[in-house]
Amino acid sequence: MTEPRPVADTAAVPVPGEARAVPPPLTKKERMGIDRTSMPEQDATERATNFKEVNLGLTEQLAILEAQRCLECPKPYCVDGCPVAVNIPRFIRLLRDGDLHAAAESLMDDNALPCVTGRVCPQESQCEGVCLRAKTGKSVAIGSLERYVADWAQAHLDQLPVAHPAPNGKKVAIIGSGPAGLTAAGELAKKGYDVTIFEAFHAPGGVLIYGIPEFRLPKDIVQAEVDRLIDQGVKIEANAIIGKTYTLPELRERFDAMFIAVGAGLPVFMNVPGENFKGVYSANEYLTRVNLMGAWNADSDTPVLHGQRVVVVGGGNVAMDAVRTSKRLGASEATIVYRRSHDELPARAEEVHHAEQEGIRFEFLAAPLEVLADEERWVTGIRVQRMELGEPDASGRRKPVPIPGSEFVIDADMVVVAIGTRSNPLLTATAPELEINPWGYIVTDEFGMTSMPGVFAGGDIVRGAATVILAMGDGKRSAASIDAYLRGEWPPAPPAAPEPPARAHATPAAAATA
Amino acid sequence: MHPILRNERLSPNVTRLVLEAPRIAEIRQPGQFVIVHLGRGAERIPLTIADGDAEAGTISLVIQAIGKSTTDLVELQPGDAIADVAGPLGRPTDLPDHGHAVCVGGGVGTAVILPIAQELHRRGVKVTSIIGGRSREWVILEPELAACGTVIACTDDGSYGRPGFVTQALADVIAEGGIEEVFAVGPVPMMRAVAEMTRPAGLKTTVSLNPVMVDGTGMCGGCRVTVHGETRYACVDGPEFDGHDVDFRELSDRLSTYRPFEQAAMERRACEIGLRTKPKPGAAADAAAEPAQGVPA
Repeated sequence: MTEPRPVADTAAVPVPGEARAVPPPLTKKERMGIDRTSMPEQDATERATNFKEVNLGLTEQLAILEAQRCLECPKPYCVDGCPVAVNIPRFIRLLRDGDLHAAAESLMDDNALPCVTGRVCPQESQCEGVCLRAKTGKSVAIGSLERYVADWAQAHLDQLPVAHPAPNGKKVAIIGSGPAGLTAAGELAKKGYDVTIFEAFHAPGGVLIYGIPEFRLPKDIVQAEVDRLIDQGVKIEANAIIGKTYTLPELRERFDAMFIAVGAGLPVFMNVPGENFKGVYSANEYLTRVNLMGAWNADSDTPVLHGQRVVVVGGGNVAMDAVRTSKRLGASEATIVYRRSHDELPARAEEVHHAEQEGIRFEFLAAPLEVLADEERWVTGIRVQRMELGEPDASGRRKPVPIPGSEFVIDADMVVVAIGTRSNPLLTATAPELEINPWGYIVTDEFGMTSMPGVFAGGDIVRGAATVILAMGDGKRSAASIDAYLRGEWPPAPPAAPEPPARAHATPAAAATA
Repeated sequence: MHPILRNERLSPNVTRLVLEAPRIAEIRQPGQFVIVHLGRGAERIPLTIADGDAEAGTISLVIQAIGKSTTDLVELQPGDAIADVAGPLGRPTDLPDHGHAVCVGGGVGTAVILPIAQELHRRGVKVTSIIGGRSREWVILEPELAACGTVIACTDDGSYGRPGFVTQALADVIAEGGIEEVFAVGPVPMMRAVAEMTRPAGLKTTVSLNPVMVDGTGMCGGCRVTVHGETRYACVDGPEFDGHDVDFRELSDRLSTYRPFEQAAMERRACEIGLRTKPKPGAAADAAAEPAQGVPA
């Protein structure tokens, strides 16, 4: 096995047309005999003090070896397990055959943001979870292979065609430049639509920029994906808050169709005493300061507290991002407080594993009762109650039940609340004709259309807090719907195998954004 | 980009910038604010829209230089530009359309009072403005407010107008009778003092809060304030609230969160621009602490 090396160093990968040695096809038995490749990663002790990416990416040799493990099932479950239906066996076969150019084109045709999904998707509960090989051993490392091909593509963009279809004269507005919005923009631009994305922040990317930390998703990668859309003719208007700068009905008049993908942008707090003491952050605020505003870098003008003993409440990906960020900003003790146990953690398995490696403490079966502070109202700790797991609740997870008399205090000088988000009413408040459910999420039909004709919606503002890839799935499907709608083919044929947008409601415990 | 058209010093540390922001100028209403972001590496800063000209496509921002980011802003000159101006944000002021209202402005808060006084005047409401500063050069926007009605200027040291605090002047105005509503914007202690003064009579008192804020759209929750025992977000639920319901102590506490950072940032700034004289230790912190203009000690 070769030494792991950063994937950026892909110069050794031959360009198409060059002669290269491709290993002869292996028999099924030989393929079954290959062990799953592990992702090379930055040393845990070292990385807990920096913001460089944790996963280093596969080498070419590792990638091709791993690609050999794919059995090319005639009925590939992995494709059904993917919310954007990436033709996984096809790009893996092309990779295995050494045709990275074709593999990249195949992948990018299916997935607008493969560099992102190859890093942040919960593969274990999607493509890899249903991989046939997982039944008898370990699944193909589909996420790692996706990342390898996507990173190769990003490093060789000049060799890949940029679609510049003839403009069809139709204008589409996309509200929000997160994963759903970017995906829809890419799909629509490919079809010749004149696409404008409206973004409330000063920089595009949504949760990919403000939420997911640099060490998990480097921002230059997101920027490169955005730049690729701009190359395709997509326009981005920053600092445009729909519901304030423009109302939804105003915008509707200027565009032939719209896609609302604003995310679920309001933090949920614990509703316990002391939550407004100094040193208590929502995960949204903490991560936005560090990521979007660059406060991880001492040169940034945006301040962020550098807690020494940090408690992060929650068990989702956002909680893991926050606690690992606090460790990197110098916390000597960084603790997750979660009211259920390890098995119920909603975060990606890899994030939990990485957090454990980095020395994050886990206080399971503990629910916050009160935030404590000193006379200057700086946080000094959090009083929690020990829980035990009872019967499964509506979410199917065992419900935590308080154990009487089990209260204890965890000392802390900073608390981050990462227990979920709810819908932001800023946009919907200015569009009374837009139907929303009792929790403020936008109601759509099976094609993603809202109660306003020609206005579609997707991502967290429809589903409630979910994942990047589910939002991207919504973006892709809504783009197809918008295309059908604007071509006058409405209603379209019923969607083949949609991921039904669960009628969202506040699920504070989930907190599984990204 | 939003080009700066004018930079005008109003008091020793308060500056008015006039800049291009056509869309915001067109639709802004009294009480609303913008978030400005000077460019890469800069902070996002919430600032109330002090005035605007829809035809010229410009807005005015009145800025008190209290930290690095605000100092960077007030040094902008015509020819410079601000990268990002987002808004208008926040709920517009809930304004009456008749009667007699008092507008109380302390320090830079006077700039927040101005659009309220202007709109009240436009609606035919009788306006009495009470504005204050430590001394003569700290009293701002008097001519603009005089165009809306009577102005009582107060200085702590008696160097101009009525000697004493704005609250003392307010007590006299209220005693004369006929006041239906009070709008008060200024340092937290001033707004608290006004609210306490009007509470016994149940005189409706609206205050405008300027807590720590990042996005201005409800996303971060940094601006949470306790109003009538409930957590509210100043950016989307405010920035104006019933002064009798605001937990001013908590607001004051939360505003002090980044004071040590402010000081460090000012010192860094001083080094960067090669100033020989560093700010005295504690100077930035003193500046960041809201000046207690027009406030009973």
